[in-house]
Amino acid sequence: MHTSLLQRWLRHPWTLGVIGVSTVLVLWWLISSTGLVDKLFLPSPQAVLQAGQVQWSSGLLVKDAAASIQRVFIGFAMSAGLALPIGIAMGTNPVVCRLLEPLMGLIRYMPAPAFIPLLIIYFGLEELPKVLLIFIGTFFFNTLMIMDAVKFVPHELVETARTLGGRGLPILIRVVAPFIAPQVLDTYRINMASAWNLVIVAELVAATEGLGKRISLAQRFLRTDEIFLGLIVIGLIGLLIDLGFRFLMRRSCAWAN
Amino acid sequence: MHLQVSSVCKTFGHGAKAKLVLDRVSFDLHAGEFLALVGSSGSGKSTVMRLIAGLDRPSAGTITIDGQPVRGPGSDRGMVFQKYSLYPWLTAAQNVAFGMELQRRPRLEIRERTAYFLEVVGLADAARKLPRELSGGMQQRIAIARALAAEPRVLLLDEPFGALDIQIRESMQEFLHQLWRQTGLTALLITHDLEEALLLANRVHIMAPNPGRIVRSVDVDLDRSNMAHLRVSPGFLELREELAQSLRGLEPALSR
Repeated sequence: MHTSLLQRWLRHPWTLGVIGVSTVLVLWWLISSTGLVDKLFLPSPQAVLQAGQVQWSSGLLVKDAAASIQRVFIGFAMSAGLALPIGIAMGTNPVVCRLLEPLMGLIRYMPAPAFIPLLIIYFGLEELPKVLLIFIGTFFFNTLMIMDAVKFVPHELVETARTLGGRGLPILIRVVAPFIAPQVLDTYRINMASAWNLVIVAELVAATEGLGKRISLAQRFLRTDEIFLGLIVIGLIGLLIDLGFRFLMRRSCAWAN
Repeated sequence: MHLQVSSVCKTFGHGAKAKLVLDRVSFDLHAGEFLALVGSSGSGKSTVMRLIAGLDRPSAGTITIDGQPVRGPGSDRGMVFQKYSLYPWLTAAQNVAFGMELQRRPRLEIRERTAYFLEVVGLADAARKLPRELSGGMQQRIAIARALAAEPRVLLLDEPFGALDIQIRESMQEFLHQLWRQTGLTALLITHDLEEALLLANRVHIMAPNPGRIVRSVDVDLDRSNMAHLRVSPGFLELREELAQSLRGLEPALSR
């Protein structure tokens, strides 16, 4: 009886994940409390928690998070919004595809952070270069992945619609769009991770606020607890966004699961 | 309704790589008839159907419906594919309604005709189910209902039961025969299964490959009141065997 209960408990989808995370937390706490490692290198969980409380009550944490999230949101919205029509055009029209695919394939392999110097020369140190960095870093992936999704629409589905009297735009709206919706959401979910990486990179280089900026300031004052805090907050927000996309996908594309 | 296919040729590729896949195929199909094209893979039978559906263009020859040349796909020629043609995000009823919605029919009419055709194919109970919740046979019945609901003048069936296992296949053949008798539809069936063609069609054209062409045409006049009986009746078996012989004779590579 005991084993079967344990087995059922282990089979719960969250159990092992929670065990993994808490093991690391406990190890961290154990190691830091023995004092074996200099706390400059490994701050205790309590110290990180306290740094969080300080930043929370001063409003700094919320302000930084809001600044980073806003940049990601604007840059990624531009990228996602533009990638959708262009990706669909490339997926449905061979001429557009042959015209744009080599270009995009090339730019895609240029690391987005390598554009930072150029963006700073062109647009200074304000918001625009940061947002554009996120755009550059995700647009080409978004577009090419959406193009692929469109190319994999089974031709029977399109041809059936044509033999039922369907034409270009209605087929696009009623056949292609619903079919690719789950892959498009998944594309956005995957590339959102890069957007989140890039905003931190941009803030490390030049910013007055933001989670990345806070980390680079903390480094200057050797505040490892604040660095840890920043990393954990960045991870948590990223995880929340990812779960949000999964939730949206389950809700809107139940047929694909 | 008069579908006329005259001297249709189709070549794929260009220049030295050009391959003739259809060589002067001609036949007629009149309202209420059930015609079958039988042949092995490579005999071009599916190509003929795609040309009639307007999904491809003939390289030479003409295809007309009531004298009007076919210029592209249209709802006067409903098509049922072998598989994967239901929209997986739509319920059975929404799939049936799909063509009528593309035709912008009034909402009430769509609802009534959807219910009617679900009834016709015996799947009124499955109206709210998604395709993945339906068996292969049910999915094909929904695909047939969807094509019929759009009111085609001819129903094009491209190996509609080719992906089903044998028992379901037989019951679907019976179903299609009943449907034809009840609704008086005009149908063109593509199949590699001689038995299926003889069971269902008034007229069977046998096609041979390299290049695809019609080599024999047979009028089939059988008593179909009891299909299970017909399948094993001597007259039917004899006809089937005789035609199977001539089919085999067409493929020296296989009989050798």
